[in-house]
Amino acid sequence: MKQAGIIIEAEHGRVKETSLGVITLAGRTAESLAALVMDGITHEITDQLAEYGIHTIVDLALSDTPEIRLNPAVRAAAVLHAARKMNLDRILGLSSPEGKDLLPRVAALLDAPLVMDCVDVDLNTGVAETSQYSGKVMAQIQLTGETLIFGVRPNAVPPEPRPVQAKTVALSGSEAVPENITLLSWDDGDSEGRPSLVEADIIIAGGRGLKNKDNFSLIVDCAEKLNAAPGASRVAVDEGWVPYALQVGQTGEKVSPQVYIACGISGSIQHFAGMKTAKMIIAVNKDENAAIMANCDYQVPGDLFDILPEIMKQL
Amino acid sequence: MQIYVCVKHVPDSAANIHIVDNLKIDESVPFLLNPYDEHAVTESVALKNQVPGSEIIAVCLGRKDAESTVRSALAMGADRGLLVETEKMCDSMTTARALHAAIVRDGQADIILTGKESIDSEGMQTQFRIGALFGFPVVTNAVSLDIKNGKATVTCELAGGRTRTFDLTLPCVIGAGRGLNTPIYPTFPDVVKSRKKSIETLTLPELNVPAAPGSTKIVAMTPLVQKRNPQKITGSPSAQAAEIIRILRQEAKVLS
Repeated sequence: MKQAGIIIEAEHGRVKETSLGVITLAGRTAESLAALVMDGITHEITDQLAEYGIHTIVDLALSDTPEIRLNPAVRAAAVLHAARKMNLDRILGLSSPEGKDLLPRVAALLDAPLVMDCVDVDLNTGVAETSQYSGKVMAQIQLTGETLIFGVRPNAVPPEPRPVQAKTVALSGSEAVPENITLLSWDDGDSEGRPSLVEADIIIAGGRGLKNKDNFSLIVDCAEKLNAAPGASRVAVDEGWVPYALQVGQTGEKVSPQVYIACGISGSIQHFAGMKTAKMIIAVNKDENAAIMANCDYQVPGDLFDILPEIMKQL
Repeated sequence: MQIYVCVKHVPDSAANIHIVDNLKIDESVPFLLNPYDEHAVTESVALKNQVPGSEIIAVCLGRKDAESTVRSALAMGADRGLLVETEKMCDSMTTARALHAAIVRDGQADIILTGKESIDSEGMQTQFRIGALFGFPVVTNAVSLDIKNGKATVTCELAGGRTRTFDLTLPCVIGAGRGLNTPIYPTFPDVVKSRKKSIETLTLPELNVPAAPGSTKIVAMTPLVQKRNPQKITGSPSAQAAEIIRILRQEAKVLS
């Protein structure tokens, strides 16, 4: 193995905790770690990266023009440029919403093997562990090739400090604006300040038991109090109570929070496929025979319309 | 417009999966069209309605019995099918090469649609590899698509309500997300009609599919077993809420 590069995700001038987790995972089997930073470096980012074990910080500072900086083809080309210049033969990033768009693009450009949503990776042997078949199976996958790429599930590994001396390298000329894909507009939604579904420590999700769209505000309000991300079962999405972006499950987001609070969700196989790797599951349900009540850590038999307001009152 | 839609034959999401020899699954479970691909097929039908004279070709790599999945796409409105038949488990690098070769042999794509991921291997990458092999632009998790004046305007969802809208020149590759449309559920006459539509069967050697420079290969499989022993939190709603908050603070340590 030559050198491993980690694509860093940052927000508000800090490296995301989930990205620090990727560094920790890579540091278990790689001696030399490079961080690829695309959206500008702050002192805080430099300090964080050195604190968690990065030897080389690669500044790929992309254009300030959002149409260029947010274009996924530009971002993929920048990573490709860094991989070549820095002689990277292992590339890691998050299986976050951004990563699901970026990592496969990089893999396709490099014609390199990729495994997404890894919960463990050995960079020396090139073996990754990931879930398959709607989360029912854990598979160990051997990657073979010149450059190996891994998407790591957010929250799969808690970050652990491993301080080292870090140097910063600037790589210019990594922007290639393609003619065939133009970013017209972007909308960052109304989730400002709220943790995203795939990265939140706590998710509080609602299902059929919420009964209607108006009642779903109870989940959103409770999420705000808990600094949690609101989630939903497929039923809540199909009924039009919440947008698809909130759906947790096999055909929604796959999440691994510290705590998943399922409210009025029966717990279908498809829902479990999206949240079964939560460290702790708390199920609030009037129906004690619901599947989720037998498949959680804490079952709370009762009416969510009584219990959630009490949680908010007591916080 | 020549519309190619790539579909995958996957185990029913509700099926119980059993592992054989710690390496593969017992395939004697129902298989069907990958759920995300249903959105891709549905969108291809909408495009055909928008551009009369278009043809939809469903392309699949899989075992012989994957024909039933191609047939499902035909029942939903695809005009004909191409099945690249193989008994091998192919990774996304080989799959993309096979789909690319089958499409190149068949005609000239104006647009290629796929699901954003498959629910078996959950790899999320075949659409990007097909795009790279053709040199076409790619987007994934598309939730709206409009084709006008030789361009595709596509809105893609990231998460949490965040979206990006792109203009792509045609030809292009689009990975369909769940928000794109409501899948067509074929009627019985549609199913009967689909039996008369043609499915051409091809093989990897016949297509001269080149070897990929790398690979991914499953070396071990284990069932993801839940080891949860539920404890009941009883009492008044107030007492239950207090206990939940205590657990979040003291056990999970996610609340200060």
